[in-house]
Amino acid sequence: MVMISDASMEVTEEKNKYSIIVPTYNERLNIALIIYLIFKHLSNVNFEVIVVDDGSPDGTQDIVEQLQQVYGEDRILLRARPKKLGLGTAYMHGLKHASGNFVVIMDADLSHHPKYLPSFIRRQMETGASIVTGTRYVKGGGVHGWNLMRKLTSRGANVLAHTLLWPGVSDLTGSFRLYRKSVLEDVISSCVSKGYVFQMEMIVRASRKGYHIEEVPITFVDRVYGSSKLGGSEIVEYLKGLVYLLVTT
Amino acid sequence: MKHIIKIMSLLVSVSAFWISLLLTSIIPESYTLLILKWSTFLYQLPIYLIVSLGCYGLLLVGIGLMRFPTCPYESVLLQQDIVEAKEFLKENKVDVGSD
Repeated sequence: MVMISDASMEVTEEKNKYSIIVPTYNERLNIALIIYLIFKHLSNVNFEVIVVDDGSPDGTQDIVEQLQQVYGEDRILLRARPKKLGLGTAYMHGLKHASGNFVVIMDADLSHHPKYLPSFIRRQMETGASIVTGTRYVKGGGVHGWNLMRKLTSRGANVLAHTLLWPGVSDLTGSFRLYRKSVLEDVISSCVSKGYVFQMEMIVRASRKGYHIEEVPITFVDRVYGSSKLGGSEIVEYLKGLVYLLVTT
Repeated sequence: MKHIIKIMSLLVSVSAFWISLLLTSIIPESYTLLILKWSTFLYQLPIYLIVSLGCYGLLLVGIGLMRFPTCPYESVLLQQDIVEAKEFLKENKVDVGSD
């Protein structure tokens, strides 16, 4: 019984191809680590990694080219851009070059660990969902590297967003997600926000359009928090984003 | 339908219900104390509801904060993964240098 289901899993896996889009800026070391970990955890999956680098001055693109020598230019695609042009457009740029029928988006700074990729894929296959999003806020998930103030703002923002928007997912600002390619193309074309409000807009619009969304617990190790403060302007941005989503979705 | 329309229609229907309750309670058939207390209660109901909603929200934030899932072991695992990755990269002559 187990053999039969394993074989059918393999057959379906062969028909699916996963394009993993990783936007980078000055992630010379991290991109190499991430690519190693992706290849380690997805050893029997048909996938490609699309690195969208925004003209990093630290030599990120050189590293990616060296990695292409190790893993193959058909597995690692470098699709760079001349300068920082924003996250949303980075995804759209990566989408244009994606040959898979599923697209994964993740961060390059190792806060998203590739070891969760198999669980995303499995959940999608089990439920036939259009979107599988990683959530840090449920049992089995978690965050490391946040102090009390950061956790408080995160929790407050979450409660506020849930009260106003009824989004149907527990983690709105997360950016570790698996999309069916056609669904991502549909949702991304109607999103206009920037930054993490963009991530919120994507998942809320997808929810409004009735797409089947599943959640998978993930752990998030924040290594950059010390250098990027969550200040007043970010909070204002967030509130403006909430009101925008309230009125336009 | 936009989400704001949904919320607005919910608020409008609740307000309509509240107003109809108010109207039925001011029919001056007999000014008993019961009716007076009931209409006072109705007038104060919206404030009570808004404040309770606020308190409920604060409660959710507090409970969520107490039960916030953390994963300190993940940082350790990540460090191990990084060491393993760096070894592999060195073997394959990918020069990441030092960070």
